[in-house]
Amino acid sequence: MVSLEKIDKSYVTGSHRLHVLKAVDLEIESGEMAAVMGASGSGKSTLMNILGLLDNYDGGSYRLDGQLMRDLSETRAAVLRRQLIGFVFQSFNLIPFKTAAENVALPLYYQGLGRRRRQAAALEYLERVGLRDWATHRPSEMSGGQQQRVAIARALVARPKLLLADEPTGALDSETSHEIMELLQQVNREGVTVLVVTHERDVAAMTRRVIRLKDGRVEDAHARLPDA
Amino acid sequence: MSLIDRDHWREIYETLRGNKLRTFLTAFGVFWGIFMLMVMIGSGNGLATGVLTNFSDGATNSFFVWAQSTGKPWRGLPRGRAIQLDTGDTEAIRREIPEAAVVCPRNQLGGFQGGNNVTRGTKSGAFSVMGDLPEIARLQSIRVVEGRFLNPLDVDERRKVAVIGERVRQVLFGRGEQALGEHIRINGVYFRVIGVFKPRRSQGMEEDADQTIFVPFTTFQSAFNYGPRVGWFAITSRDGIPASVVENKVLALLRERHRVAPDDLRAFGHFNMEEEYNQLQGLFAGIRTLIWIVGIGTLAAGAIGVSNIMLVIIRERTNEIGIRRAVGATPFTVMSQIVFEALVLTTAAGYLGLFAGIAAIELAAAALSGTEMIGFKDPQVPLASAFFTLLVLVASGILAGLVPAVRAVRINTVEALRAA
Ligand SMILES: Nc1ncnc2c1ncn2[C@@H]1O[C@H](COP(=O)(O)OP(=O)(O)OP(=O)(O)O)[C@@H](O)[C@H]1O
Ligand SMILES: [Mg+2]
Repeated sequence: MVSLEKIDKSYVTGSHRLHVLKAVDLEIESGEMAAVMGASGSGKSTLMNILGLLDNYDGGSYRLDGQLMRDLSETRAAVLRRQLIGFVFQSFNLIPFKTAAENVALPLYYQGLGRRRRQAAALEYLERVGLRDWATHRPSEMSGGQQQRVAIARALVARPKLLLADEPTGALDSETSHEIMELLQQVNREGVTVLVVTHERDVAAMTRRVIRLKDGRVEDAHARLPDA
Repeated sequence: MSLIDRDHWREIYETLRGNKLRTFLTAFGVFWGIFMLMVMIGSGNGLATGVLTNFSDGATNSFFVWAQSTGKPWRGLPRGRAIQLDTGDTEAIRREIPEAAVVCPRNQLGGFQGGNNVTRGTKSGAFSVMGDLPEIARLQSIRVVEGRFLNPLDVDERRKVAVIGERVRQVLFGRGEQALGEHIRINGVYFRVIGVFKPRRSQGMEEDADQTIFVPFTTFQSAFNYGPRVGWFAITSRDGIPASVVENKVLALLRERHRVAPDDLRAFGHFNMEEEYNQLQGLFAGIRTLIWIVGIGTLAAGAIGVSNIMLVIIRERTNEIGIRRAVGATPFTVMSQIVFEALVLTTAAGYLGLFAGIAAIELAAAALSGTEMIGFKDPQVPLASAFFTLLVLVASGILAGLVPAVRAVRINTVEALRAA
């Protein structure tokens, strides 16, 4: 599904140059569910952004679903994103003035689907995350766990092949975190490749593989979890 | 992403509705700008129309000529010789100056400051009594409210008939008393009242318009022993010929007929409505230009304001735009949405402002139409102005959207998402 070869990424701020990813090699098979762990600043989010086509890389090559992702125009990246990738963020990133259903339906709007079909799909996916009754509520009326489930429904509604979740449980308590991870496990069982960035051992334990980053390099692509 | 895509409009509508205060503030800026512009154009036009109409009721191509005394000796005749116009001059002007459309010889008896000259039974008053031809009606802003005005037969048959002003009626007749068919005495001669008139509107220049009595020119001459004498001429030029041109011809003819030096400017007095009218026209053209400059400035300020608000909004909306792009919106989609949002907002608000402005103007016009307010008439916004304004509006709407839209697309998606 994902194939990274010697990916380099630097940020230039003024005269300062920060080498964030250093020759990252990584293979993720279709249908895998993996956790990405590492210290703060090790480059986890940067890696996810590159995988999600939200950011460019400087060197190496990235293949997604067999296609080489290089020098994409913004427009091409947007089209690929809406076909292949779903995002879940730590801060949920729901549009505050839209209802749960409207938020979930948004990716389908950009795919050009008709309103009725969007509406139906949005309700279907809200049902799957257990929030069918919350369809007409706005994010501000929901708990963090509920908001994150709406975000997951939104990430899934366009049937992506790859789900990228950057600290999806970072703002949630452990019980809610567990529920969210169970949801992601279920998504993975249905065939979606899931990649979760996390600092939490319990969260990582619910995946089937741990990728450990250290200082911009893959320290261990099949790490063992430290004992609790 | 086409214009007729209902979903596209719905998405814009939902975004605008989802942010009511922001939408309201932006819309109000545009609304107010357009509203003020319309009110300004309307009242500017009202002022211009009002003053110009008061100045003269349509007969802007008219002029007056009267005789004074010579300022120079000429062909053995002395300086200071008094000149008398007469009916021979009337015929000569009609015969030799075809550019003169209406030639009205006029005489006047009495006047505002004169003693009482008109009586009816025990009632009496001091009024201007005019000996006139029926054509004078075209040069006067009067409206016959009862009976009729003078006609050619009155003149031909030297009928002793009179058309009296409303004020004259009030003085000579009691409340509810019939004036038509009754007789009044002017300088001892009986005249039958055939009509009552009112000034068309309050005339700054002709305050005493309704204290006037019109009698046939010929009757006036014989009844008051004027013989062929003419007090002055009121003349209009034919359409398309400037009054001043005809005026000069008339003056030249009169100088010749009365043996006055061709360059003697004292011998005949004259007053040309056209010149004054043109001066006023120029003044109002200036005022209108000023209004447009100020108005377009207002509009531009409005558009810049909207653009500014949109920029602030973009900053505020950065996260939303990041989300939209993360879920697959292309830069073009994001841009077109923002441009259309601004367009819808400015056009709708502007249209409302246009409508409200015109409504306010129309209301003012309706309120004024009954009254006789001096110097303000028919305030209105020409269709072309309204249309042009609408055009500027749409253009400014697109511009107001484009600036922030370009900015919205320049923002890196990752950065945008982080701005929660
Ligand atoms: N846009 C940017 N410009 C400059 N430096 C950046 C930018 N984004 C990230 N960095 C830097 O790159 C490094 C890696 O950042 P990244 O966000 O990938 O870390 P992370 O592993 O996700 O950390 P955390 O666990 O705290 O989220 C950090 O030192 C960060 O300061
Ligand atoms: Mg991070």
